[in-house]
Amino acid sequence: MSDKKYKHKQKSMVVSYNRWGYIFLIPFFVVYLVFQFIPLVTTIYNSFFENYRSGLTQIGPNFVGLQNYITIVTNGDLINYSKNTMIMWIIGFIPQIFFSLLLGAWFTDPSLRLKGQRFFKTVIYLPNLIMASAFSMLFFTLFSDNGPINSILVNLHLLAQPFKFMSNATAVRCLVGFMNFVMWFGNTTILLMAGMMGIDQSLFEAAEVDGATSTQVFWKITLPILRPILVYVLITSLIGGLQMFDVPQILTNGTGDPARSSMTLIMFLNKHLFSKNFGMGGALSVFLFIITGILSMIVFKISYAGEVK
Amino acid sequence: MKKLASVLLSALMAASLVACGTATDAGTPAEPAATEETTTAAAGEEGKVLNIYCWNEEFKSRLEDHYPGYEKVDATSGKIGDVTVNFVITPSDDNAYQNKLDEVLPANASAAADDKVDIFLVEADYALKYTGAEPAVALDVKGDLGLTDADLANQYQYTKDVVTSNGVLRGVSWQGCPGVLVYRRDIATEVFGTDDPAEIAPLLADWDKFNEAAGKLKEAGYTITCSANDTFRVYSNNVTTPWVVDGKINIDKNIEKWVNDSKALVDAGETGTYDLWGDEWNAGFMKDGKVFSYFGPAWLINFCMAADEEGSVAHDGGWAAVEGPQGFNWGGTWICGAQGTDNPTLVADIMKQLTCTESVMTDIVKKDSDFVNNKPAMEAAAKDDSFAFPILGGQNPLAMFCAGADKISMANISNYDQGCTEEFQNAMKNYFDGNYKTYDEALEAFYKAVEEKYPELTH
Repeated sequence: MSDKKYKHKQKSMVVSYNRWGYIFLIPFFVVYLVFQFIPLVTTIYNSFFENYRSGLTQIGPNFVGLQNYITIVTNGDLINYSKNTMIMWIIGFIPQIFFSLLLGAWFTDPSLRLKGQRFFKTVIYLPNLIMASAFSMLFFTLFSDNGPINSILVNLHLLAQPFKFMSNATAVRCLVGFMNFVMWFGNTTILLMAGMMGIDQSLFEAAEVDGATSTQVFWKITLPILRPILVYVLITSLIGGLQMFDVPQILTNGTGDPARSSMTLIMFLNKHLFSKNFGMGGALSVFLFIITGILSMIVFKISYAGEVK
Repeated sequence: MKKLASVLLSALMAASLVACGTATDAGTPAEPAATEETTTAAAGEEGKVLNIYCWNEEFKSRLEDHYPGYEKVDATSGKIGDVTVNFVITPSDDNAYQNKLDEVLPANASAAADDKVDIFLVEADYALKYTGAEPAVALDVKGDLGLTDADLANQYQYTKDVVTSNGVLRGVSWQGCPGVLVYRRDIATEVFGTDDPAEIAPLLADWDKFNEAAGKLKEAGYTITCSANDTFRVYSNNVTTPWVVDGKINIDKNIEKWVNDSKALVDAGETGTYDLWGDEWNAGFMKDGKVFSYFGPAWLINFCMAADEEGSVAHDGGWAAVEGPQGFNWGGTWICGAQGTDNPTLVADIMKQLTCTESVMTDIVKKDSDFVNNKPAMEAAAKDDSFAFPILGGQNPLAMFCAGADKISMANISNYDQGCTEEFQNAMKNYFDGNYKTYDEALEAFYKAVEEKYPELTH
């Protein structure tokens, strides 16, 4: 009898703890609902309407079905600007991951006994603290036709005439990639270092005893164990890359020049806001949502392929 | 379970990241415009606050200096009698000024008395957007505000055309902005053997001669203009068809001529493709610049050519003016009374004092070197040597401006001028730079960009 009573009491205690759990989750769900879920649903809803402003006249909303989607796909905009975005992301991501792995490996290797680690960790993170727009403003001035970079190159007789960086598609894309690399490699380094420091030191010691070279240690021990962190870095960077906006926007003054070769998806989205074109903007956002979703799914599938089952 | 969790997590992540960028807002629907009753309240009941929407300090300084009885209080406010004057200054970068107007004007009638817009300023490039709006957002200058034809008789016709929609005048301006070609005297002497405007004028009298002169300047190491965009306004002000005809984008013959002429100049290295107002453009105002000429109205000559800077050409009066290949207009500010204002009498009086009273306007010419919108005042000034421009080495260009102002036609403006001009120049810059291989390719890019801005247009 008393046993049963005790059991009952225990059960009710569990229930009450659960209730607190739910209460603590409420703030997240409220914020998520108001700022993310509702905008998401209204975005999808808006994408089925013709809805924009011409001067002071509001046109629509008129239901047009999938017309906005068809327009974006058939005129090649989506593919074109996705391509630009991906090219600039890759130009930035390759050096970013390379230098982050290198620096991460050096910083976490106790046998190197690097001095002033704290100082360098701070320094490599600093570019991320500068506003992206200020950073691209700086580059815009540095690389303008009569800017300092050109005058240095001309005065050193490396160039006969100033090179028009801003009129050359490759140059602009590389500048955007370079800026993103400089801004984000510090952040990535710190993430990777956290992963590397989590690796059991005895593995390294064992490898050393077995006579493994440091290259072998890196490829056979560090990298495989680091895979979850690498995947995380890849996903966040990819999603961040898809949303690339401020750097190319400021660098090209919103035009995506030359010939729109540096126009990203979000810059294109921004173009529709001039006429408050929520229909086209919504359709483009839904595409972005789907692309982001698919990419995330693929990466998760790959990274957990071994573990599930 | 783990798989499900990760799928959910990734979906959630994607959802939150995408949603961040695209939070949408349906926007406020247009409120019905003010009725006539609200705009013509008797003087005694008028509001105590006059709100003026503008994009820079220009109108504020004109009002401070020339409106009788205006007392300055601080940087953005003043007093006229017991009415407080507030300036709401929104820079026009990124369309911010127009966005602000779009937000407040349609709902102006129902705004709180002290928040009502009473006066807003517009530029020619987008004036029609506000003066032609349906329902109206700008007051009828004659019908609502009571200015008479006699008051407005001395104003240049084109300044009225810009703000007239369906025969109703909905704004007034105190300035005219006819432009001339200004060239550097030292370069003219070096290349053409003289700096006398009377002898230089025939060398630049039409586009063929202009392009020929460009070749000579190039041989001596100069460019005729800093950028192809310098001449754009001159060509585009002399079009015979507007940018948009019956909802279709239209390229005028003279615009095509600009493209062909400019492409030839750029390919020959006789001009550049820089943006107006950029560093390279401003560099041409200095003595070590290599730019022969600029196209501009009085305000450009007086305020933008770095006259107060040591080492600039203007500082030593090194420029001279000629009419150039074609007449044109650049800039100008129009004063509009906002529908729903609670200070119609004061609004009307400000318009009348600043744009119709000859003595006030002559003061503006003397103090601010504006080209004012008053024929007798300007014609008198054109004959008076005391109005000579020091920047032009003592030349008085006002007669040229007067002649230009009479010739300007603004018959071919449309609602879409600003967007079309911007996007056209941008597309053609890419063509001149070789990023678009052909004119047709550049034209396609132009159509695309304009149709993004104005989805109702086709080509």
